[in-house]
Amino acid sequence: MLIVHGDRCIGCGECDEACSFDAIQVQEEIAVVDPDSCTMCGTCVDVCPEEALELVRDEGKAPGNFDDWRGVWVAAEYKNGEVAQVTLELLAEAGKLAGKMDTLVTAVLMGHGASSQAEILVAHGADRVLVADHPELEYFTDEVYGNILADFAAREKPEIILAGATAMGRSYIPRVATILKTGLTADCTELDIRPEDRSLLQTRPAFGGNLLATIICPNHRPQMATVRPHVMKAAPYDADRKGEIIEITPDPALLMHSVRVVESVKEQVSGPRLSEAEVIVTAGRGIEEEKNIELVRELSDLLGGSIGATRAVTDAEWLPEQTQIGQTGVTVSPKLYIACGVSGAIQHVVGIQGSEIIVAVNKDESAPIFDFSTYGIEGDTKEIL
Amino acid sequence: MKIVVCIKQVPDAKTVRFDTEKGTLVREGVEAVINPFDLNAIEAGVQLKERHGGEVTVVTMGPPQAEEALKEALALGADNGILLSDRAFAGADTLATTYTLAKAVERLAPVDLVLCGKQAIDGDTAQVGPGLAVRLGIPYVTCVSGLSFGDDQKTLRLKRSCEEGYDMVEVEIPALLTVLATINTPRVPSLKGKLRAKKARIPIWSADDLGADHGMIGLAGSPTQVVSTSVPKFEAKREMLQGTPEEQVDALLDRLEEAGIL
Ligand SMILES: Cc1cc2nc3c(=O)[nH]c(=O)nc-3n(C[C@H](O)[C@H](O)[C@H](O)COP(=O)(O)OP(=O)(O)OC[C@H]3O[C@@H](n4cnc5c(N)ncnc54)[C@H](O)[C@@H]3O)c2cc1C
Ligand SMILES: Nc1ncnc2c1ncn2[C@@H]1O[C@H](COP(=O)(O)O)[C@@H](O)[C@H]1O
Repeated sequence: MLIVHGDRCIGCGECDEACSFDAIQVQEEIAVVDPDSCTMCGTCVDVCPEEALELVRDEGKAPGNFDDWRGVWVAAEYKNGEVAQVTLELLAEAGKLAGKMDTLVTAVLMGHGASSQAEILVAHGADRVLVADHPELEYFTDEVYGNILADFAAREKPEIILAGATAMGRSYIPRVATILKTGLTADCTELDIRPEDRSLLQTRPAFGGNLLATIICPNHRPQMATVRPHVMKAAPYDADRKGEIIEITPDPALLMHSVRVVESVKEQVSGPRLSEAEVIVTAGRGIEEEKNIELVRELSDLLGGSIGATRAVTDAEWLPEQTQIGQTGVTVSPKLYIACGVSGAIQHVVGIQGSEIIVAVNKDESAPIFDFSTYGIEGDTKEIL
Repeated sequence: MKIVVCIKQVPDAKTVRFDTEKGTLVREGVEAVINPFDLNAIEAGVQLKERHGGEVTVVTMGPPQAEEALKEALALGADNGILLSDRAFAGADTLATTYTLAKAVERLAPVDLVLCGKQAIDGDTAQVGPGLAVRLGIPYVTCVSGLSFGDDQKTLRLKRSCEEGYDMVEVEIPALLTVLATINTPRVPSLKGKLRAKKARIPIWSADDLGADHGMIGLAGSPTQVVSTSVPKFEAKREMLQGTPEEQVDALLDRLEEAGIL
C-alpha cells in the first residue's frame, strides 16, 4: 500500500505530476492516493522532496527461500523443421543473465523431429538441451507444449524461463505460468538481474509503447518472461561449444489434448516473418491502387525484407490480414521500416515504434507519419518507388 | 448455449498522449472505451447466439465506472452484464485477474463458451485468456480469426492465425477462445439496444460474493510488481529530404549506407 505521511506532505503536487496512472491527487494541500489506480510502482516515492510517501508491501509474505531454483531456461521455438531466430537471440541473452547469476543455460526443445536441432542450440549458447521429440508434437497445441514445459520446470526448478513473444510463445507460456502459479511478464524488450536478490528485471512497453515499465517477480519461482523478437542479439554459431543433450520421453498423460489441428496452412507473403524481419516495406492506402502493391513488393524483395500493410490496405483486401501492422495487428521492430502512403494513425504507429530507422513517403507534407520518421520524403509513392 | 464474454475498459488510444518532457501521461481528455478486441469478442458471442440460440453474459473486473462498458455491451446485443468490483481487486496482475474472472465464470456455471479479446491494448499481455482457461480447466484456442459450429452443436471449427498463416483446429465445448480483430466487424448499437442498456441494472459482485480467497486477488495475489516506469525518449531525428524525387531517393540511400543498413 502507498502511504502518505500527512505530517511531512506539503501538498506540492510533484507526486501527482509524476504518477503515470492518475492515482494521486492533491486535495486540500495534501496528497490523496486512489488505491484502485495505484500500481505501487514507486515513481512518486522517488520524486517526493519531503519523503512523505512510503510503499508498504504486504508484510505477511516473507520472501521465500529459492536456493533450490537455479538455471536460466529458454523455451525454444521449433516450427516447420527449424528453430526460430528469436530462440537464438534468447540463448545469447540467457547466457548474459546466467553469467551474472553464476549458473547455466538450458534450452527446452519440443516438436516432432526437433532433436535434429539440438546441436544448433548448443552452438548458439545452450549448456544443456532437454529434448521432447514425439509424433504427438507434430502440430503445436497449447495443452501438450504447455504441459510438458510445466512438468519439466516443476521437476527441475529453473530460476528463470524465457520464451519468444511470438504467436506460439504468447499462447502456451501463459498456460505454463498459470500451472506453476507464478508471474509472467509479456513482450519484454530488456532484461537484467538485480544482484541482491537474483530478481529478473523485466522491462516492457505498455500503453502502445508510450510507457516503459520494469517488473519483477520477487516471491515466486520461476520468473517468467516472453521477449519480443529482434531486440536481443543472437551470438554467432560456434561449432566448438560443448553441451549436454538429454532426450526425454514425455509421460503419455502429458500428450493428451482436446484441441485438434486438422490442417496447417502457410500463407507466407514473401520474405521472413514480419515480427522478425530486418527490413519492412509497408503499403498504406496512399499507394492508391491494388496493382501498386507490386511496386512495394519489388522494393521489399530488393532489400530482402517483408511486406507490411496498414489496416486500410488489409480491409481493402489488397494484402492478407496477417500483414497488418499496428495495435490490432503485428508489432514489428526492424532495422529499417519504409512506410509508403501511410498517414501515421496512432493505431498503426504503436506497432512500429521499435524500428531503428523509419522512412516515410507521403505526398502530404503535414501527414502525422512524418513526426515519427527518421527520414521523410514528400512525394508520390508511385514515382518514388 | 451459455456464452460469457470477458471485456475490459481501456483508455482510448486516440485520446492518450504522453508528456515526454515530464515523462507522464496527459490525462485531460482521455476517454475510456471497450478494448477493441473485446468488441469483436462481443460480436462473435452475439452472432453465435443469433444463429444457435442461448444467452450472452459480459463480465468485467474493474472500477465502478466500468459499468459503462457493460452497458455498451448490452446495447451491442449482450443479454446480461456483471461488474466485478471491489477495492480488494485493485492492482491485480494477470494471475490475480484470471483467478477473479474464473471465480465469476464458475458462479455462472454451466458455461459453454468463454470469449476474450486477443489482448487488452493498455497492458498488451494477451495472458488473461489462456490463464483463465487453465483456471477453469477447459481447453483454449488463441488468435481465432474464424469460427463455426459443427452439426453436433458441440464441435467448434476454428481458424487460428499465426505468423506464417493459419491452422484449422477443432475443439469441443466447453472451451475458451481469444479472438482477433479480423474475426468479424462489430455492429453499431441499435436504438432498441441503447434503450434497453440504459434501463438495465448491472449487478456488482465483490470479492466476498465470489467467495474469493483474499490472498489470491488484487495486489496480494499478484506475483509481479512494477518497480519503476519511464517514458521512452523519442529521438525525433526528423529530417525531410529535399529536391526532386531522384535527389530525395539518392539522399536517402546515402543516409542508409552511412547507417550501415544497405
Ligand atoms: C480500434 C482500431 C484499431 C486499429 N488498428 C489498426 C492497426 O492495427 N493497424 C493499422 O494500420 N490501422 C489500424 N487502425 C486504423 C487506423 O486508424 C487508420 O485508419 C489506418 O492505419 C490508416 O491506414 P493508411 O495510413 O494506409 O490510410 P490513410 O489514413 O487513408 O492514409 C493514406 C496516406 O497516404 C497519403 N497518400 C495518398 N496518395 C498518395 C500518393 N500517391 N503518394 C504518396 N502518399 C499518398 C495520404 O496523404 C495519407 O497520408 C485501427 C483503427 C481502430 C479504430
Ligand atoms: N479486468 C478484466 N476484466 C474482464 N476481462 C478482462 C480483464 N482483463 C483482461 N480481460 C480479457 O482478457 C483479454 C486479454 O487481456 P490481457 O491479457 O490483459 O491482454 C481481454 O481482451 C479481455 O477479453
